[in-house]
Amino acid sequence: MISQDNEPLLSGKNKKILTDPAGINNPITIQVLGICSALAVTSQMIPSLVMGIGVIVVVCASNVIISLMRNHIPNKIRIIVEMTVVATMVIVVDQFLKAFAYDVSKQLSIFVGLIITNCIVLGRLEAFALTNKPWPSFLDGLGNGIGYAMILLIVGFFREVLGSGKMFGMQIIPQAVYDAGYVNNGLMVLAPGAFIILGLIIWVQRSITGYRE
Amino acid sequence: MGLLSLGIESIFINNILLAYFLGMCSFLALSKKMTTSIGLGVAVIFVSTITAPVNWLIYEYILKKGALVWVSESFIDIDLTFVTYIFFIAVIAAMVQLLEMAIEKFSPPLYMALGIFLPLITVNCSILGISLFMIEREYSLVQSTVFGFSGGIGWALAIVMMAAIRKKIASSNVIPALRGLGITMIITGLMAMAFMIFSGIQL
Repeated sequence: MISQDNEPLLSGKNKKILTDPAGINNPITIQVLGICSALAVTSQMIPSLVMGIGVIVVVCASNVIISLMRNHIPNKIRIIVEMTVVATMVIVVDQFLKAFAYDVSKQLSIFVGLIITNCIVLGRLEAFALTNKPWPSFLDGLGNGIGYAMILLIVGFFREVLGSGKMFGMQIIPQAVYDAGYVNNGLMVLAPGAFIILGLIIWVQRSITGYRE
Repeated sequence: MGLLSLGIESIFINNILLAYFLGMCSFLALSKKMTTSIGLGVAVIFVSTITAPVNWLIYEYILKKGALVWVSESFIDIDLTFVTYIFFIAVIAAMVQLLEMAIEKFSPPLYMALGIFLPLITVNCSILGISLFMIEREYSLVQSTVFGFSGGIGWALAIVMMAAIRKKIASSNVIPALRGLGITMIITGLMAMAFMIFSGIQL
């Protein structure tokens, strides 16, 4: 039966569900999930932002759907059910991007599809949505999505500024600096730059929060 | 493009992990021990070699626009490409399951070695990534098989190398906050840099 609790929509507990993943329990830097796309799409900020929003939508929606179905999913086939729900949500996001942001969707190429195998999504479904009510599940999805998008934007920021002197596609390092002999660091746009920047961000984040492996 | 050069290219130059970042999660989580890495690497090679051609056939004969013509002429306008993701992930999950059962039946020793890794592979993005790349780059059936095989080898190579490096790292004095994930990411970056020397090789 549906339990009638009069918990306010943003009680202390719910607020913690929302803010924890964005800070001290970040999905990328602490839980080590969803690294693939965190690196692949971040050579510029616009794709990073779009990817971040895409993941937020997919995590929230599939968290809510699975949470609504949680009492009806047989335990043995839950992975397949989860995969189907996630894949459906990803298709929605993919079709939406193709219709309204075609250039970015071309740039993201296969990585929109790879949200399906993004461990954050499946991880949240397994760890949270299967045992919690829809509203906390939604907040959990939102929090983790934001935590993910945040890291994406930070990595994207450094890679774009250092790699091509731009921010959201606009030149921010003035020509005069180049004339004085400054050169863009081409390594940042390539794969190794992404690994190293993320490694450094993890270092900074763990120094602040004091988390140790 | 020659098959050999396609193979070499996807192992070294466009390594699925070091250049496209696919399969990072299991790479980071399971590269702590050499035996685990080798087992997982072999399992990925297995699954990607099988799923790539199967997904190619499904895409070419069911999903692509006009692909259903072999059923009836009237299906010429049907375009099912938007369900590609669901089909691919279902094929991968089913293939992994089938493979697990087949290995268990025919080679118990191999099953003992690979058994626990096979289910993990369903959510390894390198497998889905290989299938999606193969569609995007319009490979033929043979090319897809070679690409699946060599992509898997590239991934296995990277994780085995990483396991070897991490074994060394375990006994060195890393800054506390950088231990574990942080230093692993930076080493992966250096590895990716080392692999860049292969770019420009013409076969």
